[in-house]
Amino acid sequence: MARITLDNLRHSYLRAPKSRDDYALKQLNVAWEDGGAYALLGPSGCGKTTLLNIISGLLRPSEGRVWFDDDDVTDLPPDARHIAQVFQFPVVYDTMTVFDNLAFPLRNRGVNETVVKSRVQEIAEMTDLTAMLHQRASGLTADGKQKISLGRGLVREDVNVIMFDEPLTVIDPHLKWQLRSKLKELHHRIQTTMIYVTHDQTEALTFADQVVVMHDGEVVQIGTPVELFERPKHTFVGHFIGSPGMNVLPASVANGAIHFAGIPVDVDNPVDLTAGQTAEIGVRPEFVRFSDDGIAVEINKISDAGRYRVVSASADGHRINLLIGEDQDIPAAGARVAFDATQTRLYADGWLAGEGAGQ
Amino acid sequence: MTLELKNVSLTVGGETHIYPTSLRLADSGFNTLLGTTLSGKTTLMQLMAGLIKPAEGEVWFNDRNVTGVPVQKRNISMVYQQFINYPNLTVYENIASPLRVARVTRSEIDTRVRQMADLMKLGPMLQRKPAELSGGQQQRTAIARALVKDADLVLLDEPLANLDFKLREELRDELPRMFADRHCTVVYATTEPSEALLLGGHTVALHEGRIVEFGPTSRLYRNPATLLAAKVFSEPPINAIPVTKQGARFAIDEASTWDAHDDAAALADGPYVIGLRPHHVSPIANGTSSVAIDGHVLITELSGSESVVHFSRADETWISQSHGIHAIEVGETAKFYFDPSNALLFSPSGERIGGSASGGDA
Repeated sequence: MARITLDNLRHSYLRAPKSRDDYALKQLNVAWEDGGAYALLGPSGCGKTTLLNIISGLLRPSEGRVWFDDDDVTDLPPDARHIAQVFQFPVVYDTMTVFDNLAFPLRNRGVNETVVKSRVQEIAEMTDLTAMLHQRASGLTADGKQKISLGRGLVREDVNVIMFDEPLTVIDPHLKWQLRSKLKELHHRIQTTMIYVTHDQTEALTFADQVVVMHDGEVVQIGTPVELFERPKHTFVGHFIGSPGMNVLPASVANGAIHFAGIPVDVDNPVDLTAGQTAEIGVRPEFVRFSDDGIAVEINKISDAGRYRVVSASADGHRINLLIGEDQDIPAAGARVAFDATQTRLYADGWLAGEGAGQ
Repeated sequence: MTLELKNVSLTVGGETHIYPTSLRLADSGFNTLLGTTLSGKTTLMQLMAGLIKPAEGEVWFNDRNVTGVPVQKRNISMVYQQFINYPNLTVYENIASPLRVARVTRSEIDTRVRQMADLMKLGPMLQRKPAELSGGQQQRTAIARALVKDADLVLLDEPLANLDFKLREELRDELPRMFADRHCTVVYATTEPSEALLLGGHTVALHEGRIVEFGPTSRLYRNPATLLAAKVFSEPPINAIPVTKQGARFAIDEASTWDAHDDAAALADGPYVIGLRPHHVSPIANGTSSVAIDGHVLITELSGSESVVHFSRADETWISQSHGIHAIEVGETAKFYFDPSNALLFSPSGERIGGSASGGDA
């Protein structure tokens, strides 16, 4: 097990990168504590797979160092890093039994057969595979096979970190719940550092104690799930996390007063901006409500999401989403909306105003 | 445009894939097939399209028996989970391809391709090749191609499954609008209850090769006829809890009881099952009608804005989903609450009994 430090990492796939845009990873500093549950969250193309490959040693970064505890592993090959990986598609040897699949990483390293047996049984018990140990893996369902992959990831006791690359993408929703819970429980039990890479906010937020949100080769925020939800540092985080994401509306700031569409709006962080900065107001659909006085809106669409309805409204040509509970009413005409001021924030050039850019 | 399956079934090598199924889809409507992998969604679509022939039964389209008519001779479009486009053709030519096959005039092709590209927000990408597009744009191209030929029946088999979460959200929001003014019947397959809900229209709940229930989506979600339909249409899984009615009270155990009003009061004493959706079970007491239960906490999943807690009580496993972050520790015993007027009432065999478990509507 190890603490992982990514120190000023940059990476470009070009031989002679010139501009910032040539870098798939722009500049990255992250410290992951030993035994933590972390997630790397971002859309396709944000650089998360590049980063994963750098940590596992499949890729050498253009600049910067990777540390496991006090060891610089930047130049070590993957097999010298003691990492376990679980991929999107189950990697299973179909002709082997479940037992032999789980035993594979141990036997590969010459672990003695008595230890193999007890360890495999322990892992099989954790992953609910005990009853199938002597079946051939080929007969298992997709989630059964992914459990084998998880089990194989967990079976070695000498790994520094276990990395999961979109492990639940191919799993049905009703089984995702079970596997996600299982993974969380396994982390509690074995306390190995785990890094979970995904584009799915639900998976990232429920699994991790701390989430690294990436966008366009950069880390835009590192925080707990609550911090990411309640205080997005960048409008991208506000948009990317939450479903639907945060409403982002153009604003004007003058003499400490903030306006949207000519209407004054109270925000949690009223600061004056420097000339030339783009001002925006960010407020999540959860914190917009119908109100007798407020911003006049036109309701364009109401979608039933079961436990709430998503109301898509617009004011001054800008879309404003609201979440309305099962037992709340939606006005038929003359709707107005108000924002919860403690959860409404001002953004300057995309970043939370008053806190500056960067991490 | 009406599609009707009359007692259609399919067996392959002695194994039943689709049990005898009858279904009449709403005229020019949006219909979602909801079920897990292997519940029969894709097979049902292939039967609808004429890609496979049913072992028994008939497929009717616009009051015409099309059972033996191959897919080429029927005006059908399909979109799959994998983005399928011609890699060597531009987006423009990809969208135009079905019209070229149908020998539509050059000027009409141009008009229709551009209209479709506008609807799909592909206007600026028309001269690109599929490989130069994002996943969302590739799938939009495939959908545009499916729509441009004005098919009578459009079948979409988990079209958003391979897309990023946010792209999925965006396209899901746009999809019903894309079909709104078109005179075609749409059938859309998904494994996700939340997706079926947001798409609206009608939903077919499928389970192991059988249609469990078919109806308007909101009605099916709120008023399922069976516990199985409620299970198919619930994510996280609905809590199905055995209860006992005695006199004017329902009871989970000695400590957790409530009054039966109205219709529920008139029911015979004996065992029943209640169906409680996870968001109706909360770690916070809500009003005076709450029934309290003690749960042994197994798993907590905190997502930043809500808490999902898995807990056990007797030999049942429950799930609670609530707003806000609630500090509940794994291993502890905690109180959870629900309002019985939110509980759907079922017979022990899973048939729905009227309204809620306190009387009145659920």
